[in-house]
Amino acid sequence: MKTICLYFEIHQSIHLKRYRFFDIGTDHYYYDNYENERSIGDIAERSYMPALNALQSMITEHGKYFKVAFSLSGVCIEQLEIHAPQVLEKLQALNDTGCVEFLAEPYSHGLSSLVNEDCFVHDIKKQCRKIKEYFGQDPKVLRNSSLIYSDDIGQQVAQMGFKGMLTEGARHVLGWKSPHYIYHCALNSKLKLLLRDVKLSDDISLRFNNSEWDGYPLFADTYIEEIARLPEEEQVINIFMELSALGIAQPLSSNILDFLKALPTCAKQRGITFSTPTEICMKLKSVGELNVPDTLSWVDEERDISSWLGNPMQREAFNKLYSVADRVRIANDPRINQDWDYLQASNNFRFMTTKPSNVGLDRGIYNSPFDAFTNYMNILGDFINRVNCLYPEELDNDQLEAMLTTINNQGDEIEVKDKEITRLQAKIAKLEQEELKLREKYEGGKVITPKAIKKSAGKAAAVKSKIKTAVSKRVTKAEDSTV
Amino acid sequence: MFGWEYPPHVFGGLATANFGITEGLHAQGDVDITLCLPKPWGDEDRSAANIVAMNCVPIAWRNVDYDTVKSRVGNVMNPDFYYQLRDHIYADFNYMHVNDLGCMDFAGGYPSNLHDEINNYSVIAGVVARTIEFDIIHAHDWLTYPAGIHAKQVSGKPLCIHVHATDFDRSRGHVNPTVYSIEKDGMDNADCIMCVSELTRQTVINQYHQDPRKVYTVHNAVYPLVQELQDLSRPDHQGKEKVVTFLGRLTMQKGPEYFVEAANMVLHRSRNVRFCMAGSGDMMDQMIYLVAERGIADRFHFPGFMRGKQVYECLKDSDVYVMPSVSEPFGISPLEAMQCGTPTIISKQSGCAEILSNCIKVDYWDIQAMADAIYSICHNESLFYYLQDEGKKEVDQITWEKVGLWIRELYERTLGWK
Repeated sequence: MKTICLYFEIHQSIHLKRYRFFDIGTDHYYYDNYENERSIGDIAERSYMPALNALQSMITEHGKYFKVAFSLSGVCIEQLEIHAPQVLEKLQALNDTGCVEFLAEPYSHGLSSLVNEDCFVHDIKKQCRKIKEYFGQDPKVLRNSSLIYSDDIGQQVAQMGFKGMLTEGARHVLGWKSPHYIYHCALNSKLKLLLRDVKLSDDISLRFNNSEWDGYPLFADTYIEEIARLPEEEQVINIFMELSALGIAQPLSSNILDFLKALPTCAKQRGITFSTPTEICMKLKSVGELNVPDTLSWVDEERDISSWLGNPMQREAFNKLYSVADRVRIANDPRINQDWDYLQASNNFRFMTTKPSNVGLDRGIYNSPFDAFTNYMNILGDFINRVNCLYPEELDNDQLEAMLTTINNQGDEIEVKDKEITRLQAKIAKLEQEELKLREKYEGGKVITPKAIKKSAGKAAAVKSKIKTAVSKRVTKAEDSTV
Repeated sequence: MFGWEYPPHVFGGLATANFGITEGLHAQGDVDITLCLPKPWGDEDRSAANIVAMNCVPIAWRNVDYDTVKSRVGNVMNPDFYYQLRDHIYADFNYMHVNDLGCMDFAGGYPSNLHDEINNYSVIAGVVARTIEFDIIHAHDWLTYPAGIHAKQVSGKPLCIHVHATDFDRSRGHVNPTVYSIEKDGMDNADCIMCVSELTRQTVINQYHQDPRKVYTVHNAVYPLVQELQDLSRPDHQGKEKVVTFLGRLTMQKGPEYFVEAANMVLHRSRNVRFCMAGSGDMMDQMIYLVAERGIADRFHFPGFMRGKQVYECLKDSDVYVMPSVSEPFGISPLEAMQCGTPTIISKQSGCAEILSNCIKVDYWDIQAMADAIYSICHNESLFYYLQDEGKKEVDQITWEKVGLWIRELYERTLGWK
């Protein structure tokens, strides 16, 4: 029996503002508030809300039959929190139906998987916590930013304990193979791979409203018919796209939502079900391994990473950014962390592409790749200065980490000792009370001097003061060196 | 074809463009060109076109023998041709200042009696048009429009005019009425108007009220650098002081003051850059004063007017080339800078911005963007090398042969052959 896996990406990056080189060192705020509010509000109104409403009505209509998966990037959740909380509420309402799965993805929607494993793991964990907080789900399946995947990334993801991963059914990787099966990672057989069906996905997200396309106009019954006519053994049809494809890339006036709403009914008639990625990973067995030595993604004709790292400018910006990755992770400063998330977003690199592309690229405030590069490098210059100012540069990362761990551990130790002190003090109070009681009892009798008790109390106090001085010394030392 | 100047005697950009177009058309193989120049020197390259010296064309009948003619005009014209021309004198021009050969002299270049010379040129064009056979007339810039119109009236052949600049570009909107009327008259009589950029095309349509259907854009191109110039070495400024260059006439049209202001902003932040403003013009003193006023004179240099090889040495010595023109019909110099491997910043108000993509484009008034771009190229090696390599590749694709092909296509359309 065939099953359709429908998945939508929800991501909008934070727009950077026009940042001139004379702002370096004086202005540490990099974002275009107006543009962020405008764009996210616009997309929520024209795409996210109508699309989510449609999906909700499909779920209510079809009960447990219709299922859908989403992934949200952390930076997008932050934006929605501020400018369009109704979208998050709607997602929570959808989550309550039990027909929705949320996938993990890097919090920043960045490219850390290509360069820094620690950073990548950290990014994903942060996102998983956010998803747990909002929807109470522990994601079991991961999708990397823009479906970036290679054998090495698969290995990392498997080690993080994910059951499956979504990626592109790129022709140059699949060759004669079909994307309608489950494969597994070449380096770790535990990680299952779901491959996007390029044609069926793009029929909706790229071509639906194109009147010059042969398949125009596309109807739900013909679409399902095409799926039903696939060979019997091909069981999984993965249709992945951005949620903004419904409403922005393909305008609502094209009746794309009516098309979507008709899909479950047509599928039911042909005996095709809907599943979430986790269900598929649990139910189906892999038919073989998939070798992906070179990184692939779902972007451009090449389906590789050249739209982010294709030219030397992009690579310089990328290398400069990740040159401070470890420092940022170790320093763990809240404001730096926030800027770090926003600056990592892959969109920033996409703006710098010099590739000719047949899919129109909106460069936002930038009028050319060079403009995007200049602006980003100015911001990065200021950001790296700030990171380097946190701790002295001559301190290498290992030293710094050791020092911070010591300080951190000392904090834990102090906490333990504090607990011990309060426990002992309570004990003293108790003993003193008992002593008083005894005194009352034997009033006029011999006075007992509780030497032992005094001794223990004195000891506790001494330990406490000792620790305090030691810690404060360490801390001042650290502070001195940062100055 | 009517031209005013031609290499190697260059007065402005017109000579280079005229030469390029002639060569480009010649490269098509089936285009024969007769090029009329007011005062050729005899050392012009005659392989692409048959050059007619307008100062040797008789407009009044004089009985001179073959040897006299040969000794007088032999260096620029075949004496037989003189007699052919003499047979086609159409009116009595003895009242004009003709010499003993019945010809009129030209000062050449852009003398003070330019309007008289333009008129004389068109009178002579009438003789030439009656003498030789041709299919189409092509007049370059307003100086030759009257000649083109005259030739059209005499021969009935269609007239193409080539707009290299309009008076709106030269004067920032305060046009000279005489020049405007000559330009307008030329355009009204033309069957096809070729403009060097879409920017100019819009000016022609909107300010000269021409029918958009006969106005076409024909972008200029650039000649590959000769080996000698290619071999000039590029000094390596990595980790050293960078040089940012402006090269052009210091006039209102070129926007030199914006360059100074941008330089001032860059120097506030980084002292590791030097600025060079090469060229001369009526705003020279004003610029020196401005630089002193901003207190950046220690980092700002005025090497003066440069010619020939000096230009390329200067370009190769620079890390950034800036052309902040307020209004530039085309502007070949950024293309030359890119040939030298120098990253280029140009104003969006220049015609060449329409065909270049591997350069940085800013509004001429946006000095902040200009300063930012200068700083970025000086401080980010990847951007510098990218613009250097890709810019050179791009500009190598812009050739006069392609321009020639397009012009030939336009000729055929105008003639109704296509």
